[in-house]
Amino acid sequence: MTSNSPSSTDRLLPFVVLLVVLLIWILVSFLHLFPTSVFPSPLDVAKGFVEEVRTGILFDDVIASLFRVTTGFGLAAVTGIPVGLWLGNHARARSAFLPLINFFRSLSPLAWIPFAILWFGIGDLPTVFLIFMASFFPLVLATVAAVANIPSVYFRVARDYGFNGTEMLMRVTLPAIAPQVITSLRVTAGLAWLVVVAAEMIAGRAGLGFAIWDARNGLRMDLLVSGMIVIGIIGIVLDRILMQLTKIPSVRWGYDR
Amino acid sequence: MTDNPLRLDKTSLAFGSVEVFQEVSLTIQRGEFVAVVGPSGCGKTTLLNLLSQFLKPTSGQIISTGRVRMVYQHDSLFPWQTVSENISLGLRHVRDTAEQKRQLNEMLKLINLESFANHYPHQLSGGMRQRVELARALIGDSDILLLDEPFSSLDYLTRIRLRNELARMLDKLPRTVVLVTHDIEEAAQLADRIIVLSDRPARICSEFQVELARPRELTNPVVVTTVHKILAELGIERLGPQASSPAVAAT
Repeated sequence: MTSNSPSSTDRLLPFVVLLVVLLIWILVSFLHLFPTSVFPSPLDVAKGFVEEVRTGILFDDVIASLFRVTTGFGLAAVTGIPVGLWLGNHARARSAFLPLINFFRSLSPLAWIPFAILWFGIGDLPTVFLIFMASFFPLVLATVAAVANIPSVYFRVARDYGFNGTEMLMRVTLPAIAPQVITSLRVTAGLAWLVVVAAEMIAGRAGLGFAIWDARNGLRMDLLVSGMIVIGIIGIVLDRILMQLTKIPSVRWGYDR
Repeated sequence: MTDNPLRLDKTSLAFGSVEVFQEVSLTIQRGEFVAVVGPSGCGKTTLLNLLSQFLKPTSGQIISTGRVRMVYQHDSLFPWQTVSENISLGLRHVRDTAEQKRQLNEMLKLINLESFANHYPHQLSGGMRQRVELARALIGDSDILLLDEPFSSLDYLTRIRLRNELARMLDKLPRTVVLVTHDIEEAAQLADRIIVLSDRPARICSEFQVELARPRELTNPVVVTTVHKILAELGIERLGPQASSPAVAAT
Protein backbone atom coordinates (compact mmCIF):
# COMPACT_ATOMS: atom_id res chain seq x y z
CA MET A 1 0.00 0.00 0.00
CA THR A 2 1.16 3.52 -0.70
CA SER A 3 0.65 5.63 2.38
CA ASN A 4 3.11 8.44 1.87
CA SER A 5 1.50 10.88 4.29
CA PRO A 6 2.54 14.42 3.44
CA SER A 7 5.00 16.08 5.77
CA SER A 8 4.08 19.31 7.54
CA THR A 9 5.81 21.43 4.90
CA ASP A 10 3.95 19.53 2.17
CA ARG A 11 0.71 20.40 3.90
CA LEU A 12 1.52 24.08 3.62
CA LEU A 13 2.15 23.92 -0.14
CA PRO A 14 -1.49 24.40 -1.22
CA PHE A 15 -1.69 27.54 0.92
CA VAL A 16 1.48 28.86 -0.66
CA VAL A 17 -0.07 28.36 -4.10
CA LEU A 18 -3.26 30.11 -2.98
CA LEU A 19 -1.24 32.99 -1.63
CA VAL A 20 0.66 33.33 -4.91
CA VAL A 21 -2.60 33.35 -6.90
CA LEU A 22 -4.00 35.98 -4.56
CA LEU A 23 -0.87 38.11 -4.95
CA ILE A 24 -1.11 37.93 -8.74
CA TRP A 25 -4.76 38.94 -8.50
CA ILE A 26 -3.87 41.88 -6.26
CA LEU A 27 -1.07 42.90 -8.57
CA VAL A 28 -3.20 42.73 -11.73
CA SER A 29 -6.01 44.79 -10.20
CA PHE A 30 -3.50 47.22 -8.67
CA LEU A 31 -1.98 47.86 -12.10
CA HIS A 32 -5.50 48.43 -13.55
CA LEU A 33 -4.76 46.17 -16.51
CA PHE A 34 -8.52 45.63 -16.89
CA PRO A 35 -11.42 47.93 -15.99
CA THR A 36 -12.85 47.17 -12.51
CA SER A 37 -16.27 46.61 -14.08
CA VAL A 38 -15.03 43.32 -15.60
CA PHE A 39 -12.20 42.50 -13.21
CA PRO A 40 -13.03 43.20 -9.56
CA SER A 41 -10.23 43.62 -7.07
CA PRO A 42 -9.83 41.26 -4.10
CA LEU A 43 -10.77 44.11 -1.77
CA ASP A 44 -14.06 44.73 -3.61
CA VAL A 45 -14.83 41.04 -3.48
CA ALA A 46 -14.07 40.89 0.23
CA LYS A 47 -16.33 43.89 0.83
CA GLY A 48 -19.06 42.31 -1.25
CA PHE A 49 -18.67 39.09 0.69
CA VAL A 50 -19.00 40.91 4.02
CA GLU A 51 -22.05 42.72 2.73
CA GLU A 52 -23.69 39.45 1.68
CA VAL A 53 -22.89 37.88 5.03
CA ARG A 54 -24.19 40.87 6.98
CA THR A 55 -27.51 40.99 5.15
CA GLY A 56 -27.89 37.24 5.58
CA ILE A 57 -28.46 36.71 1.85
CA LEU A 58 -25.40 34.52 1.48
CA PHE A 59 -26.50 32.27 4.32
CA ASP A 60 -29.97 31.90 2.80
CA ASP A 61 -28.48 31.10 -0.61
CA VAL A 62 -26.11 28.51 0.82
CA ILE A 63 -28.93 26.83 2.73
CA ALA A 64 -31.19 26.83 -0.34
CA SER A 65 -28.52 25.25 -2.55
CA LEU A 66 -27.44 22.69 0.04
CA PHE A 67 -31.04 21.71 0.71
CA ARG A 68 -31.64 21.06 -3.00
CA VAL A 69 -28.44 19.13 -3.46
CA THR A 70 -28.90 16.95 -0.41
CA THR A 71 -32.53 16.24 -1.32
CA GLY A 72 -31.92 15.46 -4.99
CA PHE A 73 -28.68 13.59 -4.37
CA GLY A 74 -30.12 11.73 -1.37
CA LEU A 75 -33.14 10.61 -3.40
CA ALA A 76 -30.84 9.48 -6.20
CA ALA A 77 -28.71 7.49 -3.75
CA VAL A 78 -31.58 5.73 -1.97
CA THR A 79 -33.21 4.77 -5.26
CA GLY A 80 -30.20 4.41 -7.58
CA ILE A 81 -28.18 2.02 -5.42
CA PRO A 82 -31.07 -0.46 -4.93
CA VAL A 83 -31.91 -0.29 -8.65
CA GLY A 84 -28.24 -0.94 -9.44
CA LEU A 85 -28.22 -3.90 -7.03
CA TRP A 86 -31.29 -5.36 -8.64
CA LEU A 87 -29.98 -4.91 -12.17
CA GLY A 88 -26.60 -6.27 -11.13
CA ASN A 89 -28.24 -9.48 -9.99
CA HIS A 90 -30.62 -9.94 -12.91
CA ALA A 91 -28.88 -10.44 -16.23
CA ARG A 92 -32.01 -10.18 -18.38
CA ALA A 93 -33.23 -7.01 -16.74
CA ARG A 94 -29.72 -5.65 -17.09
CA SER A 95 -29.56 -6.21 -20.82
CA ALA A 96 -33.06 -4.76 -21.13
CA PHE A 97 -32.51 -1.56 -19.17
CA LEU A 98 -28.83 -0.76 -19.49
CA PRO A 99 -29.01 0.96 -22.91
CA LEU A 100 -31.78 3.23 -21.65
CA ILE A 101 -29.84 4.08 -18.49
CA ASN A 102 -26.74 4.76 -20.55
CA PHE A 103 -28.79 7.04 -22.76
CA PHE A 104 -29.98 9.14 -19.83
CA ARG A 105 -26.52 9.13 -18.29
CA SER A 106 -25.11 10.62 -21.50
CA LEU A 107 -27.85 13.23 -21.67
CA SER A 108 -26.76 16.41 -19.92
CA PRO A 109 -29.18 17.05 -17.06
CA LEU A 110 -29.26 20.69 -18.15
CA ALA A 111 -31.22 19.57 -21.22
CA TRP A 112 -34.06 18.89 -18.80
CA ILE A 113 -34.22 22.50 -17.62
CA PRO A 114 -37.12 23.53 -19.90
CA PHE A 115 -39.20 20.54 -18.87
CA ALA A 116 -38.22 20.99 -15.24
CA ILE A 117 -39.65 24.50 -15.31
CA LEU A 118 -42.74 23.46 -17.29
CA TRP A 119 -43.52 20.64 -14.93
CA PHE A 120 -42.38 22.02 -11.60
CA GLY A 121 -42.33 25.80 -12.02
CA ILE A 122 -39.69 27.85 -10.28
CA GLY A 123 -38.11 27.10 -6.91
CA ASP A 124 -36.88 24.01 -5.08
CA LEU A 125 -38.71 21.34 -7.01
CA PRO A 126 -37.28 21.80 -10.52
CA THR A 127 -33.74 22.03 -9.11
CA VAL A 128 -34.17 18.91 -7.01
CA PHE A 129 -35.49 17.15 -10.09
CA LEU A 130 -32.47 18.21 -12.16
CA ILE A 131 -30.02 17.10 -9.48
CA PHE A 132 -31.80 13.80 -9.25
CA MET A 133 -31.54 13.35 -13.02
CA ALA A 134 -27.84 14.17 -12.85
CA SER A 135 -27.04 11.73 -10.02
CA PHE A 136 -29.42 8.80 -10.44
CA PHE A 137 -28.08 7.26 -13.67
CA PRO A 138 -24.35 7.37 -12.87
CA LEU A 139 -25.09 5.84 -9.47
CA VAL A 140 -27.12 3.02 -11.02
CA LEU A 141 -24.37 2.27 -13.52
CA ALA A 142 -21.61 2.34 -10.91
CA THR A 143 -23.56 -0.01 -8.66
CA VAL A 144 -24.27 -2.42 -11.52
CA ALA A 145 -20.57 -2.49 -12.41
CA ALA A 146 -19.59 -3.01 -8.78
CA VAL A 147 -21.99 -5.94 -8.38
CA ALA A 148 -20.72 -7.49 -11.60
CA ASN A 149 -17.14 -7.27 -10.30
CA ILE A 150 -17.71 -9.21 -7.08
CA PRO A 151 -15.51 -12.33 -7.29
CA SER A 152 -17.80 -15.36 -7.38
CA VAL A 153 -15.65 -17.11 -4.77
CA TYR A 154 -17.17 -14.85 -2.09
CA PHE A 155 -20.62 -16.25 -2.82
CA ARG A 156 -19.18 -19.73 -2.89
CA VAL A 157 -17.66 -19.22 0.55
CA ALA A 158 -20.88 -17.67 1.84
CA ARG A 159 -22.77 -20.72 0.62
CA ASP A 160 -20.22 -23.07 2.19
CA TYR A 161 -20.73 -21.38 5.54
CA GLY A 162 -24.51 -21.43 5.31
CA PHE A 163 -25.44 -17.81 4.55
CA ASN A 164 -29.10 -17.25 3.74
CA GLY A 165 -30.36 -14.81 1.10
CA THR A 166 -30.50 -11.80 3.40
CA GLU A 167 -27.02 -12.49 4.72
CA MET A 168 -25.70 -12.83 1.16
CA LEU A 169 -26.98 -9.33 0.48
CA MET A 170 -26.08 -7.68 3.77
CA ARG A 171 -22.82 -9.45 4.51
CA VAL A 172 -21.39 -10.19 1.06
CA THR A 173 -22.85 -8.08 -1.74
CA LEU A 174 -23.11 -4.76 0.11
CA PRO A 175 -19.70 -4.82 1.78
CA ALA A 176 -18.14 -6.08 -1.45
CA ILE A 177 -19.45 -3.15 -3.50
CA ALA A 178 -19.06 -0.52 -0.75
CA PRO A 179 -15.67 0.91 -1.83
CA GLN A 180 -16.74 1.37 -5.46
CA VAL A 181 -20.12 2.79 -4.49
CA ILE A 182 -18.51 5.28 -2.11
CA THR A 183 -16.18 6.42 -4.88
CA SER A 184 -19.10 6.94 -7.23
CA LEU A 185 -21.04 8.77 -4.50
CA ARG A 186 -18.15 11.23 -4.29
CA VAL A 187 -18.00 11.71 -8.04
CA THR A 188 -21.78 12.07 -8.30
CA ALA A 189 -22.00 14.52 -5.43
CA GLY A 190 -19.48 16.69 -7.26
CA LEU A 191 -21.65 16.45 -10.35
CA ALA A 192 -24.75 17.39 -8.36
CA TRP A 193 -23.01 20.44 -6.99
CA LEU A 194 -22.12 21.51 -10.54
CA VAL A 195 -25.69 21.05 -11.66
CA VAL A 196 -27.30 22.96 -8.81
CA VAL A 197 -25.54 26.17 -9.77
CA ALA A 198 -26.58 25.90 -13.41
CA ALA A 199 -30.13 24.90 -12.53
CA GLU A 200 -30.61 27.75 -10.06
CA MET A 201 -29.44 30.28 -12.60
CA ILE A 202 -32.49 29.52 -14.66
CA ALA A 203 -35.04 27.85 -12.45
CA GLY A 204 -34.25 29.42 -9.11
CA ARG A 205 -35.42 32.30 -6.98
CA ALA A 206 -32.70 31.71 -4.39
CA GLY A 207 -29.51 29.72 -4.06
CA LEU A 208 -25.91 30.29 -5.02
CA GLY A 209 -26.55 29.83 -8.74
CA PHE A 210 -29.33 32.40 -8.60
CA ALA A 211 -27.03 34.72 -6.65
CA ILE A 212 -24.46 34.50 -9.44
CA TRP A 213 -27.08 35.29 -12.05
CA ASP A 214 -28.51 38.11 -9.95
CA ALA A 215 -25.06 39.63 -9.47
CA ARG A 216 -24.48 39.48 -13.20
CA ASN A 217 -27.80 41.18 -13.90
CA GLY A 218 -26.95 43.88 -11.38
CA LEU A 219 -23.43 44.21 -12.80
CA ARG A 220 -22.05 43.42 -9.35
CA MET A 221 -18.90 41.60 -10.37
CA ASP A 222 -17.65 41.67 -6.77
CA LEU A 223 -20.66 39.65 -5.60
CA LEU A 224 -20.30 37.35 -8.57
CA VAL A 225 -16.73 36.45 -7.66
CA SER A 226 -17.55 36.12 -3.96
CA GLY A 227 -20.34 33.70 -4.97
CA MET A 228 -17.94 31.72 -7.13
CA ILE A 229 -15.49 31.39 -4.28
CA VAL A 230 -18.19 30.20 -1.90
CA ILE A 231 -19.41 27.64 -4.45
CA GLY A 232 -15.90 26.27 -4.93
CA ILE A 233 -15.21 26.02 -1.24
CA ILE A 234 -18.49 24.26 -0.48
CA GLY A 235 -17.73 21.81 -3.29
CA ILE A 236 -14.42 20.93 -1.66
CA VAL A 237 -16.06 20.61 1.76
CA LEU A 238 -18.77 18.30 0.38
CA ASP A 239 -16.13 16.02 -1.11
CA ARG A 240 -14.15 16.05 2.12
CA ILE A 241 -17.24 15.01 4.05
CA LEU A 242 -17.94 12.10 1.69
CA MET A 243 -14.26 11.19 1.74
CA GLN A 244 -14.67 10.38 5.43
CA LEU A 245 -16.65 7.32 4.31
CA THR A 246 -13.49 5.88 2.77
CA LYS A 247 -11.90 5.86 6.22
CA ILE A 248 -14.30 3.23 7.57
CA PRO A 249 -12.02 0.27 8.42
CA SER A 250 -14.15 -2.31 6.60
CA VAL A 251 -13.90 -0.47 3.26
CA ARG A 252 -10.19 0.40 3.41
CA TRP A 253 -9.34 -2.74 1.43
CA GLY A 254 -10.88 -1.15 -1.63
CA TYR A 255 -8.44 1.75 -1.60
CA ASP A 256 -5.24 0.44 -0.05
CA ARG A 257 -4.06 -1.93 -2.71
CA MET B 1 -19.92 -41.85 11.50
CA THR B 2 -18.46 -44.38 9.11
CA ASP B 3 -14.75 -44.93 8.73
CA ASN B 4 -14.98 -43.98 5.10
CA PRO B 5 -16.25 -40.43 5.20
CA LEU B 6 -15.67 -39.83 1.49
CA ARG B 7 -16.53 -42.21 -1.28
CA LEU B 8 -16.90 -41.93 -5.04
CA ASP B 9 -18.74 -44.85 -6.57
CA LYS B 10 -18.30 -45.22 -10.33
CA THR B 11 -18.78 -41.51 -10.66
CA SER B 12 -18.96 -39.98 -14.11
CA LEU B 13 -19.39 -36.36 -14.99
CA ALA B 14 -19.92 -34.69 -18.32
CA PHE B 15 -20.42 -31.04 -19.22
CA GLY B 16 -22.51 -31.37 -22.32
CA SER B 17 -20.53 -33.61 -24.62
CA VAL B 18 -17.26 -33.12 -22.73
CA GLU B 19 -16.58 -36.03 -20.46
CA VAL B 20 -14.63 -34.97 -17.41
CA PHE B 21 -14.73 -38.12 -15.30
CA GLN B 22 -15.28 -41.65 -16.41
CA GLU B 23 -16.41 -44.09 -13.73
CA VAL B 24 -14.04 -42.91 -11.05
CA SER B 25 -14.19 -44.88 -7.83
CA LEU B 26 -12.34 -43.75 -4.76
CA THR B 27 -12.66 -44.42 -1.07
CA ILE B 28 -11.00 -42.18 1.46
CA GLN B 29 -10.60 -43.28 5.04
CA ARG B 30 -11.16 -41.18 8.10
CA GLY B 31 -8.07 -39.16 8.95
CA GLU B 32 -6.40 -40.00 5.66
CA PHE B 33 -4.53 -37.32 3.71
CA VAL B 34 -5.01 -37.88 0.00
CA ALA B 35 -3.32 -35.74 -2.63
CA VAL B 36 -4.58 -35.61 -6.19
CA VAL B 37 -2.12 -34.69 -8.93
CA GLY B 38 -2.42 -34.76 -12.68
CA PRO B 39 -2.01 -32.76 -15.85
CA SER B 40 -3.51 -29.30 -15.74
CA GLY B 41 -7.09 -29.16 -16.92
CA CYS B 42 -7.71 -32.82 -16.15
CA GLY B 43 -10.46 -32.02 -13.68
CA LYS B 44 -8.72 -31.94 -10.31
CA THR B 45 -10.73 -28.99 -9.08
CA THR B 46 -13.87 -30.53 -10.52
CA LEU B 47 -13.19 -33.56 -8.35
CA LEU B 48 -13.25 -31.33 -5.28
CA ASN B 49 -16.44 -29.68 -6.48
CA LEU B 50 -18.00 -33.13 -6.71
CA LEU B 51 -16.76 -34.10 -3.25
CA SER B 52 -18.15 -30.87 -1.77
CA GLN B 53 -21.49 -31.59 -3.51
CA PHE B 54 -21.19 -28.30 -5.39
CA LEU B 55 -21.54 -30.31 -8.60
CA LYS B 56 -23.84 -33.26 -9.12
CA PRO B 57 -22.39 -36.24 -10.99
CA THR B 58 -23.93 -37.35 -14.28
CA SER B 59 -23.95 -40.91 -13.01
CA GLY B 60 -22.67 -42.85 -10.05
CA GLN B 61 -22.78 -41.55 -6.52
CA ILE B 62 -20.80 -39.57 -4.03
CA ILE B 63 -21.03 -40.13 -0.34
CA SER B 64 -19.63 -37.62 2.07
CA THR B 65 -20.36 -37.55 5.75
CA GLY B 66 -19.52 -34.83 8.22
CA ARG B 67 -18.77 -31.17 7.97
CA VAL B 68 -16.98 -30.46 4.68
CA ARG B 69 -14.85 -27.34 4.28
CA MET B 70 -13.11 -26.09 1.20
CA VAL B 71 -10.00 -23.93 0.91
CA TYR B 72 -9.85 -22.17 -2.43
CA GLN B 73 -7.14 -21.40 -4.95
CA HIS B 74 -7.59 -17.65 -4.89
CA ASP B 75 -8.03 -15.16 -2.11
CA SER B 76 -11.33 -16.13 -0.67
CA LEU B 77 -11.16 -14.32 2.65
CA PHE B 78 -13.73 -11.54 2.92
CA PRO B 79 -11.59 -8.39 2.62
CA TRP B 80 -14.14 -6.35 4.58
CA GLN B 81 -13.79 -8.58 7.63
CA THR B 82 -10.96 -8.85 10.13
CA VAL B 83 -8.92 -11.99 10.65
CA SER B 84 -11.10 -12.86 13.66
CA GLU B 85 -14.33 -12.28 11.78
CA ASN B 86 -13.16 -14.34 8.82
CA ILE B 87 -12.13 -17.27 10.99
CA SER B 88 -15.38 -17.00 12.94
CA LEU B 89 -17.33 -17.86 9.79
CA GLY B 90 -16.30 -21.42 10.59
CA LEU B 91 -18.02 -21.10 13.97
CA ARG B 92 -21.43 -20.00 12.74
CA HIS B 93 -23.00 -23.28 13.80
CA VAL B 94 -21.66 -22.93 17.36
CA ARG B 95 -24.43 -21.30 19.39
CA ASP B 96 -22.60 -20.50 22.60
CA THR B 97 -20.67 -17.22 22.26
CA ALA B 98 -18.26 -18.05 25.08
CA GLU B 99 -17.40 -21.28 23.29
CA GLN B 100 -16.97 -19.37 20.04
CA LYS B 101 -14.55 -17.03 21.73
CA ARG B 102 -12.58 -19.87 23.25
CA GLN B 103 -12.23 -21.74 19.96
CA LEU B 104 -11.30 -18.56 18.10
CA ASN B 105 -8.55 -17.67 20.55
CA GLU B 106 -7.21 -21.21 20.46
CA MET B 107 -7.10 -21.09 16.66
CA LEU B 108 -5.40 -17.69 16.57
CA LYS B 109 -2.78 -19.09 18.91
CA LEU B 110 -2.36 -22.19 16.74
CA ILE B 111 -1.68 -20.14 13.60
CA ASN B 112 0.45 -17.60 15.50
CA LEU B 113 -1.66 -14.65 14.44
CA GLU B 114 -2.96 -13.52 17.84
CA SER B 115 -1.55 -10.04 17.39
CA PHE B 116 -3.21 -9.80 13.96
CA ALA B 117 -6.71 -10.71 15.13
CA ASN B 118 -8.10 -7.28 14.27
CA HIS B 119 -6.17 -6.80 11.05
CA TYR B 120 -7.80 -6.98 7.65
CA PRO B 121 -6.62 -9.46 5.01
CA HIS B 122 -5.02 -6.78 2.83
CA GLN B 123 -2.78 -5.88 5.75
CA LEU B 124 -1.33 -9.41 5.88
CA SER B 125 1.28 -11.19 3.79
CA GLY B 126 0.22 -13.91 1.38
CA GLY B 127 1.42 -16.63 3.72
CA MET B 128 -0.50 -15.17 6.67
CA ARG B 129 -3.66 -14.92 4.59
CA GLN B 130 -3.38 -18.55 3.63
CA ARG B 131 -2.97 -19.52 7.29
CA VAL B 132 -6.19 -17.64 8.02
CA GLU B 133 -7.94 -19.50 5.18
CA LEU B 134 -6.79 -22.81 6.67
CA ALA B 135 -7.91 -21.69 10.12
CA ARG B 136 -11.38 -20.78 8.86
CA ALA B 137 -11.74 -24.24 7.34
CA LEU B 138 -10.31 -26.11 10.33
CA ILE B 139 -12.20 -24.37 13.13
CA GLY B 140 -15.52 -25.53 14.54
CA ASP B 141 -14.97 -29.29 14.41
CA SER B 142 -14.96 -29.67 10.66
CA ASP B 143 -14.43 -33.24 9.47
CA ILE B 144 -13.30 -33.07 5.88
CA LEU B 145 -10.92 -30.56 4.39
CA LEU B 146 -10.87 -30.03 0.63
CA LEU B 147 -7.82 -28.04 -0.41
CA ASP B 148 -7.77 -26.62 -3.92
CA GLU B 149 -4.13 -25.71 -4.62
CA PRO B 150 -4.09 -23.69 -1.42
CA PHE B 151 -0.46 -22.61 -1.67
CA SER B 152 -0.15 -22.08 -5.41
CA SER B 153 -0.10 -18.29 -5.16
CA LEU B 154 2.76 -18.22 -2.66
CA ASP B 155 6.48 -17.94 -3.30
CA TYR B 156 8.57 -21.10 -3.05
CA LEU B 157 9.94 -20.67 0.47
CA THR B 158 6.62 -19.55 1.93
CA ARG B 159 5.01 -22.51 0.27
CA ILE B 160 7.41 -24.92 1.97
CA ARG B 161 6.86 -23.22 5.33
CA LEU B 162 3.10 -23.43 4.90
CA ARG B 163 3.32 -27.16 4.19
CA ASN B 164 5.00 -27.63 7.55
CA GLU B 165 2.43 -25.36 9.12
CA LEU B 166 -0.41 -27.43 7.67
CA ALA B 167 1.23 -30.64 8.91
CA ARG B 168 1.51 -29.13 12.38
CA MET B 169 -2.11 -27.94 12.35
CA LEU B 170 -3.35 -31.36 11.25
CA ASP B 171 -1.32 -32.95 14.01
CA LYS B 172 -3.30 -30.88 16.53
CA LEU B 173 -6.62 -31.11 14.70
CA PRO B 174 -6.70 -34.32 12.67
CA ARG B 175 -8.93 -34.15 9.60
CA THR B 176 -9.68 -36.15 6.51
CA VAL B 177 -7.95 -34.20 3.77
CA VAL B 178 -8.14 -34.15 -0.01
CA LEU B 179 -5.48 -31.90 -1.49
CA VAL B 180 -5.59 -31.05 -5.16
CA THR B 181 -2.28 -29.71 -6.37
CA HIS B 182 -0.02 -29.39 -9.38
CA ASP B 183 2.92 -29.25 -6.99
CA ILE B 184 4.22 -32.78 -6.84
CA GLU B 185 6.67 -31.99 -4.06
CA GLU B 186 3.76 -30.73 -2.02
CA ALA B 187 1.88 -33.97 -2.57
CA ALA B 188 4.90 -36.08 -1.66
CA GLN B 189 5.67 -34.05 1.43
CA LEU B 190 2.16 -34.08 2.85
CA ALA B 191 0.02 -36.96 1.65
CA ASP B 192 -0.49 -40.48 2.94
CA ARG B 193 -1.73 -41.45 -0.48
CA ILE B 194 -1.16 -39.77 -3.83
CA ILE B 195 -3.57 -40.28 -6.68
CA VAL B 196 -2.39 -39.55 -10.20
CA LEU B 197 -5.16 -38.63 -12.60
CA SER B 198 -4.98 -39.11 -16.34
CA ASP B 199 -5.81 -36.56 -18.99
CA ARG B 200 -9.49 -35.95 -19.77
CA PRO B 201 -11.67 -37.86 -19.34
CA ALA B 202 -9.94 -38.33 -16.03
CA ARG B 203 -9.51 -41.70 -14.42
CA ILE B 204 -7.12 -42.80 -11.73
CA CYS B 205 -3.82 -43.80 -13.35
CA SER B 206 -2.04 -44.93 -10.26
CA GLU B 207 -1.78 -44.48 -6.53
CA PHE B 208 1.24 -44.16 -4.29
CA GLN B 209 1.31 -44.75 -0.57
CA VAL B 210 3.80 -42.76 1.46
CA GLU B 211 4.31 -44.30 4.86
CA LEU B 212 6.30 -41.68 6.63
CA ALA B 213 5.21 -39.52 9.56
CA ARG B 214 4.60 -35.81 9.02
CA PRO B 215 6.23 -33.31 9.02
CA ARG B 216 8.54 -34.61 6.34
CA GLU B 217 11.57 -32.80 5.08
CA LEU B 218 11.55 -31.95 1.42
CA THR B 219 14.90 -33.66 0.94
CA ASN B 220 13.97 -36.81 2.81
CA PRO B 221 14.86 -39.74 0.49
CA VAL B 222 11.31 -41.09 0.69
CA VAL B 223 9.90 -37.75 -0.46
CA VAL B 224 12.47 -37.46 -3.21
CA THR B 225 11.78 -40.99 -4.42
CA THR B 226 8.04 -40.36 -4.38
CA VAL B 227 8.46 -37.20 -6.45
CA HIS B 228 10.54 -39.16 -8.90
CA LYS B 229 7.95 -41.92 -9.19
CA ILE B 230 5.11 -39.48 -9.77
CA LEU B 231 7.09 -37.62 -12.41
CA ALA B 232 7.82 -40.95 -14.07
CA GLU B 233 4.12 -41.81 -13.97
CA LEU B 234 3.36 -38.51 -15.67
CA GLY B 235 5.99 -39.28 -18.29
CA ILE B 236 8.29 -36.45 -17.31
CA GLU B 237 11.14 -38.48 -15.78
CA ARG B 238 12.32 -41.98 -16.53
CA LEU B 239 12.18 -44.59 -13.79
CA GLY B 240 15.82 -45.04 -12.88
CA PRO B 241 17.58 -47.35 -10.42
CA GLN B 242 17.35 -44.83 -7.57
CA ALA B 243 13.60 -45.24 -7.31
CA SER B 244 13.55 -48.17 -4.99
CA SER B 245 12.82 -47.08 -1.46
CA PRO B 246 11.02 -49.74 0.58
CA ALA B 247 8.70 -47.16 2.14
CA VAL B 248 7.18 -46.25 -1.22
CA ALA B 249 5.07 -48.83 -2.83
CA ALA B 250 2.90 -48.45 -5.88
CA THR B 251 -0.45 -50.09 -5.43
